[in-house]
Amino acid sequence: MTESVKGKVPSRRAFLKGAVAAGGAVAGAGMVRAAEGDPLITEVQPWASGFGEGVDATPYGLPIRFESDVVRRNVEWLTADTISSINFTPIHALDGTITPQGCAFERHHSGAIELSKQDYRLMINGLVDTPLVFTYADLERFPRENHVYFCECAANTGMEWAGAQLNGAQFTHGMIHNMEYSGVPLRTLLEEAGLDPAGDLSDKWIYVEGADASSNGRSIPMDKALDDVLVAFKANGEALRKEHGYPVRLVVPGWEGNMWVKWLRRVEVMDGPVESREETSKYTDTLADGTSRKWTWEMDAKSVITSPSPQSPIPHGAGPLVITGLAWSGRGAIDRVDVSIDGGENWQTARLAKPGEAKALTRFYLDIEWDGSEMLLQSRAMDDTGYVQPTKEALREVRGENSIYHNNCIQTWLVTPNGEAENVEVS
Amino acid sequence: MSKYLNLGLIGAVAASLGAAPALADGYGLGRAATADEIAAWDLDVMPDGTGLPEGSGSVSDGEDLFVEHCAVCHGDFAEGVGNWPALAGGEGSLADEDPVKTVGSYWPYLSTAWDYVHRSMPYGNAQILSADETYAIVAYILYSNYIVEDDFVLTKDNFLDVEMPNADGFIVDDRETAEAHFWDAEPCTENCKDEVEITMRATVLDVTPQDDAEEAIADQAAAEEPAAEEAETQQAALDPELVAEGEKVFRKCQACHQVGEGAKNRVGPQLNGIVGASVGRIEDFRYSKPMAELGESGEVWTEDNLAAFLAKPRDFLKGTKMSFAGLRKEEDQAAVIEYLKSFEE
Repeated sequence: MTESVKGKVPSRRAFLKGAVAAGGAVAGAGMVRAAEGDPLITEVQPWASGFGEGVDATPYGLPIRFESDVVRRNVEWLTADTISSINFTPIHALDGTITPQGCAFERHHSGAIELSKQDYRLMINGLVDTPLVFTYADLERFPRENHVYFCECAANTGMEWAGAQLNGAQFTHGMIHNMEYSGVPLRTLLEEAGLDPAGDLSDKWIYVEGADASSNGRSIPMDKALDDVLVAFKANGEALRKEHGYPVRLVVPGWEGNMWVKWLRRVEVMDGPVESREETSKYTDTLADGTSRKWTWEMDAKSVITSPSPQSPIPHGAGPLVITGLAWSGRGAIDRVDVSIDGGENWQTARLAKPGEAKALTRFYLDIEWDGSEMLLQSRAMDDTGYVQPTKEALREVRGENSIYHNNCIQTWLVTPNGEAENVEVS
Repeated sequence: MSKYLNLGLIGAVAASLGAAPALADGYGLGRAATADEIAAWDLDVMPDGTGLPEGSGSVSDGEDLFVEHCAVCHGDFAEGVGNWPALAGGEGSLADEDPVKTVGSYWPYLSTAWDYVHRSMPYGNAQILSADETYAIVAYILYSNYIVEDDFVLTKDNFLDVEMPNADGFIVDDRETAEAHFWDAEPCTENCKDEVEITMRATVLDVTPQDDAEEAIADQAAAEEPAAEEAETQQAALDPELVAEGEKVFRKCQACHQVGEGAKNRVGPQLNGIVGASVGRIEDFRYSKPMAELGESGEVWTEDNLAAFLAKPRDFLKGTKMSFAGLRKEEDQAAVIEYLKSFEE
């Protein structure tokens, strides 16, 4: 158990050491057993002779111990306390697009609370015909939908504004996860309470609030609330995890993660925004002249190469190499991703594993024959609104360096001939 | 906060009579919320003051309350302790290289401060402040930012008269116009730059969390085993129920203190093995002068003096930096001490 939570970041030194050890083993085998071949094949191995574990050895399975480094990690100096903090999804070690709940990043403002289904209540109040209270069991009786969406913290890549800082895709881009949610459209619940008293809905808002001590709350314009917002209780087929808002969280597709209120307890229909702490003092983006943008809800198109990357170096030399990464847009579907191996001088269009889906992660691959020379790897996402992921320089020209949030710039990894990768900035 | 609380009342009355006409068109699920339920949860306050309860509080009352409830993280003068947020200062810094964003320098609405203090603070002990106490603390935060004088009393009636310095400092998201050039459907794909140079490297900063000393991990693993055994013998003498109770009480402490494996000094020192240890035992922790002096006099933490300290820290040791109000209940003191005893040095 302890092993699975104590993650280890493969360090530069450990990587080099590993390479030497592997080389040694090959040489050794070559000297002693060249004629016989690989003992893993020529000799009967214990697992091919005896038993493995029986069923029920682990009623709810965890990843095998060899994967114990694929865990969320925290950057301790970022926040004062883990109770109000964030950690990062190990995107460098995952493939496909669905994030397993157990390693999907967490962000709490006053810790992950334990709230049972029995104790759960959801209130709809404000400008409605009848303020209502739902139990968890009530929610399960409304018609349900399934959707895959990414959830990205607005601060993802926020430490990189002033320069290349954190050396790993997990740390630069890991405040993101992508899950299949099952839940009830918020529209259904609002209509159940009746929206007649709200009158003209075009200038109305909702305020959504969590049950934890931080009482995290955000204002959302009514047109979004009635569009695709989901009141979700399952993710990837199973109950939400405690750290993601069990038993019920809000899903606000394409919009910044802070609005995806966990432990959702109240939705109020209002005639204006509350201007809560999280939408004024935080999650506002300060420009170079000191003015700040507010209500920057959409997550712009963005991508990152997850491997090779600093935590996922190339373990082999020249030859076939899979370059892979993730792309997403809060405004629509990804329809193209370009990859550059020379720092943005020339670009090739990558292969999408599947056609992009709106507001969900898209996996891309570029399969190359690596000549073993230095590379400056970049990826550039484009969505179906025509938006092209900008360079860091282009973003800074508009926003300066103090926006904290919404940094969707093109990321550069320097890959050296020995396969190591490093977070760098290029001209 | 709803301006239409009356509707809630009508709904509640209708439901209690067994009639719910509004539900006829829907699925008929859920029940009408009562007016008391709405009042209990609908606490938000809007920029125009909608939702503010009656009440008032002075800067001077606010100062006492602030020291008792807030200063442990935000500092006596709202200047912020360590990595915790500063609530005062930073005037005119928003265009600087490192802006300091505080209630005074950044927050556009006073309602946000009142709402947040009332609903979400104090950290780890939220929703304990009365309306008057909240007015007082917010008045003190304004005073700390030189926005009001020391004789100021904040009330529901003068609330909207307070001018927030950065009220006009915000614009609504303008990315679609200011960044229209990013919607550039055909980006360059060949010979896009003359040259590419590396201008910055993350390894130069070296701030990425790493376990690069494998030896240290091995050492730690070796050291852990006997320690675990010792812990077991030690824990046998403890009352497990009281320890569990203490763990809950300790939530009030953990904003500043850590215990257990890998515990580190934060705002307060880590507390492993505190019972029976010398006062001021951690060399590199910056204790208050009186605490350091008490340690130099040879004082040792016992269950008795720890209980006295926890009951009212500032009475036990005038000048202590621990600005926690104290654990009034003796059973809480005993429980948290039992809990602390379960952690070896």
